[in-house]
Amino acid sequence: MLPYADGMTNRRNLPRQFNSPGPAHLVLTDGTVFSGFAAGASSAIDGEVVFNTSMTGYQEMLTDPSYHGQILCLTTSHVGQVGINALDAESDRVWARALVVQDLDLVPSSWRSEEDTSDWLARIGVAVGWGFDVRAIVRQIRTAGAVPGVLATDGTAVDALVERARAARGTDGCDLAREVACGEAYAWDKGPWRSPSHPAKNESGDDRPPVAVIDFGVKRSILRRLVAEGLRVRVLPPSVTAREVLADGHAGVVLSNGPGDPAAVAGARDLIDGLIGKVPVLGICLGCQLLGLTLGGRTVKLPYGHHGGNHPVRELASSKVLVTSQNHNYAVEESSLPREVEVTHINLTDGTLEGLALPRAGVEAVQFHPEAAPGPNDAVGLFMRFAERCRGTRS
Amino acid sequence: MSRAAIPESVCILGAGPIRIGQACEFDYSGVQGVKALREEGCRVVLVNSNPATVMTDARLAHRSYVEPLILSSVTAVLERERPNALIPTLGGQTALNLAVELEETGVLERLGIRLLGASVRSIRLAEDREEFRQAMAEAGLPVLPATTVTSVEEGIRALETIGLPAILRPSFTLGGWGGGTAHDRSSFEDLLRHGLEASPTNQVLVETSVLGWKEFELEVMRDFAGAFVVVCSIENVDPMGVHTGDSITVAPAQTLTDREYQVLRDAARGVLDAVGVATGGANVQFAVNPVDGSYAIIEMNPRVSRSSALASKATGFPIARIAAKVALGRRLDEISNDITGTTPASFEPALDYVVVKIPRFAFEKFPGTEPVLGTAMKAVGEVAAMGRSFEEALLKAIRSLEIDRDSLDAPADLAAVDDDGLAARLAIASPERIWELAEGLRRGWTEERLIESTAVDPWFLRRIGGLVAAEALLRDQDLDLPTRTAAKRLGFADSQLARLQKTSPESERQRRLDLELRRIRRRVDTCAAEFEARTPYLYGSFGDRDEQPAARRSVVILGGGPVRIGQGIEFDACCVEAVAGVRSEGFEAVMINCNPETVSTDYDAVDRLHFDPLHIEDVLDICDAERPVGVIVQLGGQTPLKLAEDLENYEIPIWGTPRDAIDRAEDRGRFSELLRELGLRQPPGRMISSADEAEAAGETLGYPLLVRPSYVLGGRAMEIVYGPDELAEYLERAAAVDPDRPVLLDNFLEQASEVDVDAVADGERVVICGIMEHIEEAGVHSGDSGAVTPPVSLPLEVQAELRRQVRLLALALGVRGLMNVQFAIQEGVVYLIEVNPRASRTVPFLARATGMPWAELAARVCAGASLAELGVHDGVPSEVAVKLPVFPFERFPGVDPLPGPEMRSTGEVMGRGRTFGEAFAKAALAAGWRLPEDGRVLLSFADRDKTRLPALAARFEELGFELLATEGTARLLRDSGFPEVRTVFKVGQGDPDIPHLLAEGGIDLVVNTAAGRKAARDAPSIRRAALDANVPYFTTIPGAYAAAEAVATLRRGPLAVRALQDDLAAKPPWAANLS
Repeated sequence: MLPYADGMTNRRNLPRQFNSPGPAHLVLTDGTVFSGFAAGASSAIDGEVVFNTSMTGYQEMLTDPSYHGQILCLTTSHVGQVGINALDAESDRVWARALVVQDLDLVPSSWRSEEDTSDWLARIGVAVGWGFDVRAIVRQIRTAGAVPGVLATDGTAVDALVERARAARGTDGCDLAREVACGEAYAWDKGPWRSPSHPAKNESGDDRPPVAVIDFGVKRSILRRLVAEGLRVRVLPPSVTAREVLADGHAGVVLSNGPGDPAAVAGARDLIDGLIGKVPVLGICLGCQLLGLTLGGRTVKLPYGHHGGNHPVRELASSKVLVTSQNHNYAVEESSLPREVEVTHINLTDGTLEGLALPRAGVEAVQFHPEAAPGPNDAVGLFMRFAERCRGTRS
Repeated sequence: MSRAAIPESVCILGAGPIRIGQACEFDYSGVQGVKALREEGCRVVLVNSNPATVMTDARLAHRSYVEPLILSSVTAVLERERPNALIPTLGGQTALNLAVELEETGVLERLGIRLLGASVRSIRLAEDREEFRQAMAEAGLPVLPATTVTSVEEGIRALETIGLPAILRPSFTLGGWGGGTAHDRSSFEDLLRHGLEASPTNQVLVETSVLGWKEFELEVMRDFAGAFVVVCSIENVDPMGVHTGDSITVAPAQTLTDREYQVLRDAARGVLDAVGVATGGANVQFAVNPVDGSYAIIEMNPRVSRSSALASKATGFPIARIAAKVALGRRLDEISNDITGTTPASFEPALDYVVVKIPRFAFEKFPGTEPVLGTAMKAVGEVAAMGRSFEEALLKAIRSLEIDRDSLDAPADLAAVDDDGLAARLAIASPERIWELAEGLRRGWTEERLIESTAVDPWFLRRIGGLVAAEALLRDQDLDLPTRTAAKRLGFADSQLARLQKTSPESERQRRLDLELRRIRRRVDTCAAEFEARTPYLYGSFGDRDEQPAARRSVVILGGGPVRIGQGIEFDACCVEAVAGVRSEGFEAVMINCNPETVSTDYDAVDRLHFDPLHIEDVLDICDAERPVGVIVQLGGQTPLKLAEDLENYEIPIWGTPRDAIDRAEDRGRFSELLRELGLRQPPGRMISSADEAEAAGETLGYPLLVRPSYVLGGRAMEIVYGPDELAEYLERAAAVDPDRPVLLDNFLEQASEVDVDAVADGERVVICGIMEHIEEAGVHSGDSGAVTPPVSLPLEVQAELRRQVRLLALALGVRGLMNVQFAIQEGVVYLIEVNPRASRTVPFLARATGMPWAELAARVCAGASLAELGVHDGVPSEVAVKLPVFPFERFPGVDPLPGPEMRSTGEVMGRGRTFGEAFAKAALAAGWRLPEDGRVLLSFADRDKTRLPALAARFEELGFELLATEGTARLLRDSGFPEVRTVFKVGQGDPDIPHLLAEGGIDLVVNTAAGRKAARDAPSIRRAALDANVPYFTTIPGAYAAAEAVATLRRGPLAVRALQDDLAAKPPWAANLS
């Protein structure tokens, strides 16, 4: 073996765990303490602790407004290795309150990366705990349920964190959608990323029915998918009224995903009531829950939610199994729905409701994420069907 | 299709002998398939010619046929069993190709047998590269520019558009065989000629080379209802240009954004649609351009594969089992995920760990071939390891390889090369690449420089660079707790820390345990802990929460590690059989192994599976968790045996033969003393420690001599020398001799018969499993020689003497469990060659031949049962059984395919029959020899064999063969009364020359004996030419006689087939106690 000419270790290459990283602690409301190292912003922040088992798509998850108020724990071994790029952002900022991972790569290796993960983390100011045994955290959440907790990357003593975690609140009863939604309407005209091996079809064109997307915390991938289906997309704040939406001549309305407790979203029921039967409606995730509530159903909080890119769902009409992307803690209770509401999808893992429809009113909604990002594209057909319905309204 | 349509009886085809590119993964898939079909209530008929498999255990399938996987034999089985359906997707390319033949010859239609899991159209589409490309293009899926050619001329024309470098891929061959990358015109022509010959359809695809693109593989599964899941994504560390079987691979894929990954996922589904794979498992390989993300589909296999075995082990999703069920018409969402027991199989596994696979090579066994990796697979086996990070998994995998490495430290020769030398090495892909990359980083080479020569993704380079940087840090300083913790979490072995810290592995271990740095058990659960796991499939790592289940009277069985030449699937079959034995004695069976191909690493086969390196540190950590009442080390070959001493030092209870007995059998001095005490004879021999001593010893002992270094195992560098010159030359070339590395000289017994005997002993009784007479005379490694049981030429009194000696030895040594003894018999005198107090390679062969589960019985004996209470008697073969080896010579161009004292076969087949001729004929056909029924035999004899020539010639003449011979041999034959013999010539020495004749089919059988290594090295090899022309050749006289017997049998009519169960039915009642 060669001696090192300068007797020095190559510090740049040295794994960070050898460079005396600062400590980080995650404390759950039940007092359980997990420890790792600190990166990103130095702070102590509370939030609902959730996990996601997707093996790809950390940037999408961090920028997904549905994670607002949550401390996101990713189970996959390595995070950060493909860097950051504008096209994979689901919004223009990070919404998760903090990130907890097993390992964090700061220098990316991807032709798509436009920014090093380290620069991005510094810029966005989110606290990151790395070197955690996320599996142990998941096992705790799995038994105790999704719980509030505190992540400290600023060296706060564990005792103080335990105190604080006891007082931490969850998302029940919080209208978080209002906090993440746009204040003003805007138009969106960008389609999804395409592999150079599959160049884009022409997505513009004259016959582009206008659709409205009600923003409860919308992921941009929903907008991109709508554009790909040849729709003219306008994003409206959740404060908009049904009358305003209809007056603008929209051929269809999408009720977006979003964070928090659906029962707490102010004004949504009035809005949705005014749309049902007037235009085709597509609900996604929180949008699906809001539709369920409006149609007379109830929502319940799941023990620890569905957060991953691998959930099997059966589309009842076709009997097909779709592998879906999911991110929700609440679900519509199937038994609470009136008879005229049709259940269209169920989760094959726990039997919970994954989709509903009111066919005669042109209403469809799914609990999972047909826009994927991250996750499989098995359900993108929903956007095509929605576009067809919108075109049907106009002709 | 509905559930009611589940067929009553289904035939599964195995993959036959272990070859490069087709290894024990198909035993694993076959076993899972059989179990799954049984669960569905099907009667299962199995055909496989490989006796060393778990699947041929007669208790597994309803009807088990150890018969050749060739059209005639399989047809005979199907006619006899009349199954309703056939599943060809679990037995590799062998089974798929057979299914196509069965369909095309109308056998399936005539017998009303449905093909399940794959259609002939999809098999053809996936294998016929031109049709595949067209199908892809029609589906809008990208493929690389390429042209299929059927002649060299066409190929040269194609090159004008494709350009150099170009990749050649022959159609319908296994593991990329016959293909390669051509960098210039002349290598292109050579490769093309070779490829056209290798392809059964004489088609070669000439493809644009995308050397340096990243390579990915998706393992996918679908059911007839259209549910589609990706079980696992795999990324190759070695980019395009190295066969995926020869690449270090990582799961899940690491360097793709979600968008890019989903593009590949969608494409994989598109490929299955386009090829028409309606149900089952498949893999799709992709090349991805690292510069702009464009990609191309390289190939797909519509069946389970080596990668799917890896994916199953990596994720806990049992692909073969589920493929068998969906083939029957079950939907993925009605099949439950065994691991959780509550969720359906229609999901995609989520991993919270990284799996690294590293192939294991055997280039050292084939002197003269360069250890260069390309598009044709060369690896003989593989290991995999799991860790919380790539680094940890990589280092665990390295210490699983059993190549005396535990780290990225450069081996001495690599550390010694200068920078130019290192650059030259890095420019060529080799098995050493990962260490070469580390060495480059150690020398401060830039990432860019390494990427330029290897195209390895920077992500991997940085991770390797991190380990290299950490090495230096760990050498510089005392390890405080955070540093030690970081090092252990990154995967550094105690033994490497000991080197860096200049301490001992034992003290490093002690310090670590004093600091409470204990490895914990983590579960492989398919779901990243989202759901509770019921199945105890575990790996060791560090972390906050130990998931080791409560252990109750656990017995640890140490597996065999990676398959390599000399230690193959046989030991896996023994370990798996032992599970039943351990359980029936009332213990929990716990397995440790790191080979992802095997049945032993199927969580379904054991009570608890620890997928971890068979390295002392990891095994001790598992023992700390399991607190086993016993550890069985005698069934996994040399691997566990080597650990026994260290384990005993840590007071881990080793069950079976005591350590001292093993030492007595292995230590030359103690062994000779024992034989003297017992009055047993061994060939005279001597240990020498200098070249001068060698000469003197050679004179005293007399030539020929069997020579070997004392410090290597498995016949490595073992040779026969016929005189002082050859001895001197050997010492110079193969084994530097000095007092630290003595060389053993043994009198070589010429024309002696060699015999293997396996036995089980319990300290009081000794049961003989069987006596196997080698077909070749002494001088060929026992693993490379054919063998027959019961012996055909040994007089009964000699057999009785062998039994007596084995019993004597077993009792004297105190053997508990299995033992193998090798004898040589020269002119009626019995010589003891060696004793191995452990399971041998032949145990499964004897188990199939006698219908007795010897390894299971041995495990029970280890657990304290006595042979008397088990009621076991000496094994009695129900028919004549012949074992023949299978060699990988075709993959090592230019190597002389001459069996010798060093083992080089990769696998074996078994033939059973009423007569020796029938059994040998079946074995030969199963091994892939095209035995002729008549035609022309070429005889070419070494001088010392020529006295035995006339009798053999007469035998072939009697069988109606025309005799051809090389000059000297022909002269002798004419003089001995064979006037019509025709003289043929070696290359360039006259007309007609042998290679020419072989190529045009003018020779049907070759008998060619060699005069010593040196002569063999000097002469252009007739054997090689025969091998390259796929003409059966025999290098020993007894082998040639055996071939003659087989030919005689074939001339009498078609071979009958018999199930193992046909013979078991006639077993004595006590046999029933054993299952």
